[in-house]
Amino acid sequence: MLTADRVIALALIGLSGYFMVHASALPIGWHGESGGPGGGAFPFWLSAIMALCAGGVLVRSFWQDETFVPFFDPETIRSVIAVGLALFVTIGLIPYTGAYVAIVLFLLWYLKVFGGHGWVLTGGLVVATPIFLFFFFEVALKILLPKGWTEPLFLPLYAIFF
Amino acid sequence: MEILSLLADGFATSLSPFNLMIVLIGVTAGLFIGAMPGLGSVNGVAIVLPLTFIVPPSSAIILLAAIYYGAMYGGAVSSVLLGIPGASTAVATTFDGRPMAQQGRAGLALIAAAVASFVGGTISVVLFTLFAVPLADLALAFGPAEEFALVLLAFTTFVGLGGDDILKTIIMICLGLVLSTVGLDLISGQPRLIFGDLPGFYAGISFLVLAIGVYGVGEVLHTIETSKSAPSVTPAKLTFRELGAGLREMNRLWKTMSFGSFLGFFVGMLPAAGATPASLMAYGLAKTTSKKPETFGKGNIEGVAAPETANNAASTGSLLPMLTLGIPGSPTTALLLGGMVMWGLMPGPMLFIEQPDFVWGLISSLYTANFAAVAINLALIPLFVWALRMPFTVLCALVLVLCIVGGFAPSQKLHDVWLIAGFGVAGYLLRKADYPLAPLVLALVLGPLMESSFRQTLIAEQGNVLAFFERPLSATFMGLAILFFLLPLLKRMRGRAKKNGVAAAE
Repeated sequence: MLTADRVIALALIGLSGYFMVHASALPIGWHGESGGPGGGAFPFWLSAIMALCAGGVLVRSFWQDETFVPFFDPETIRSVIAVGLALFVTIGLIPYTGAYVAIVLFLLWYLKVFGGHGWVLTGGLVVATPIFLFFFFEVALKILLPKGWTEPLFLPLYAIFF
Repeated sequence: MEILSLLADGFATSLSPFNLMIVLIGVTAGLFIGAMPGLGSVNGVAIVLPLTFIVPPSSAIILLAAIYYGAMYGGAVSSVLLGIPGASTAVATTFDGRPMAQQGRAGLALIAAAVASFVGGTISVVLFTLFAVPLADLALAFGPAEEFALVLLAFTTFVGLGGDDILKTIIMICLGLVLSTVGLDLISGQPRLIFGDLPGFYAGISFLVLAIGVYGVGEVLHTIETSKSAPSVTPAKLTFRELGAGLREMNRLWKTMSFGSFLGFFVGMLPAAGATPASLMAYGLAKTTSKKPETFGKGNIEGVAAPETANNAASTGSLLPMLTLGIPGSPTTALLLGGMVMWGLMPGPMLFIEQPDFVWGLISSLYTANFAAVAINLALIPLFVWALRMPFTVLCALVLVLCIVGGFAPSQKLHDVWLIAGFGVAGYLLRKADYPLAPLVLALVLGPLMESSFRQTLIAEQGNVLAFFERPLSATFMGLAILFFLLPLLKRMRGRAKKNGVAAAE
């Protein structure tokens, strides 16, 4: 637990530093004539406070006793990583295969492989979800979801609904 | 009297068939979202917000408020039937609700929760109606200096009253504020923090992206880690005879329920407090004032009624500063505020003058939502018992799909979907390391107001920092903010003095 606390504190300090570098592209000091701080001051000094506090968390951790409670639950962390990866893969696929194929693949994996559900439930949701998304977002809201390579397949549908 | 006529006009809006339908849909959806373990009002509102583009803004906010309300009712259902709070706000309901269910009195516990929620909701909506106009009138005198001081006050309540680790709370506030500055500088219009000219960052980071990430994706990851086996659902039967008995029993608890309502309403107004501490406080109060405190925790109906009145009253209470001052009283209301800004409505005192139809339509819809929630809640209990058997893997998969598509819809940029996934993982890790997430979301929503009011004041006053202390209202807020900020330090000093005193006496 303490190790995780330190790693997160270090990461936050790094993040603050990164923000500060980018924030200093705009003036971070006091504007003499117009009054008040420059455009970069708000993010710069807030990042500085963040870095200071994260430093405080880091220093404090050396005085704390190790609790021996693992940060990640060893039993379930594999599932969390698997779902996280699946999510990233799905988003990565969207520009190429389109949202519909990516989401169908995601649901198939999640329900059948990860969840171990039967074909009836999996099949039902895999068919119903994209249909709902199409009618809700594309037909009702006129928000087109990315189609990628599958774009030509949707042309007949567009002809019907638009 | 003026309030009554405004309210009557509001009912004309909220009782239109379309808005009535919206309330019914929202309350039902909210009840289910609240009843699902892990998902609470904030998750529900975050996930559903992108879908509300389908209706006009005034109906959209009524829909979200109804979901908020429904989720507050629904939270009790899984507290009683599963022994797992449906939302953090319903933690205290498990203390006595679960034992009641195990004794075979699940139906009675659910009736108690629904009736108590109704009483808490109704008393607090009346309080809301009475306080809204005076508070909005007061807020009309606000200039940028007061706005800045008030936002600062909102943040310092997290430090003074939040109860989380102080350093970590400050880190989260700063992180939220820094993320709010991404995009174009408010005053000079120059791009800043665009991280090597990434075009996606020019538009800034939407509160919705952070909220869906943290409360959608992050929550799902957290649920996957913490739920190892499917919980067992206690069956609940509900007959009219039980309903009658429940109502008679609740009739004896007026004192507890009115205490809970007032407590909940005022605690709910504070950004750092909100429904969870309010319900715990109400539970504690009911226990200490009870004649038989030893029966609490063993299935006392009062232990269900007290927290449920308080958490519903708190959810209404937190709407008050959001609507009148533009400062949300809870993460959920922060999302409502963000949604309103997205639809082109700026919450705050001017809203009461410029958009009275909207404001009073919303307020009156809270009354209708309350009636709808208690009726639907009691009628659909068999359906909840069935829905709670839904495996987590189905729920999580559907929530993740909604996060992806809902995150894409408002801006139609895949950039935002990537950010949602990133915030989801980051939020999951930060939450595990005891970093509070509510101040982060609140800071992102309030950041632009805080920065612009700070800089406007200083430009108007030629850089005089003391300007914040020279106006009476702003000075009061600043003084309170400083007090809240120093509160943990004072507490610690007192604790130490006491310790030394004890040591000296020995």
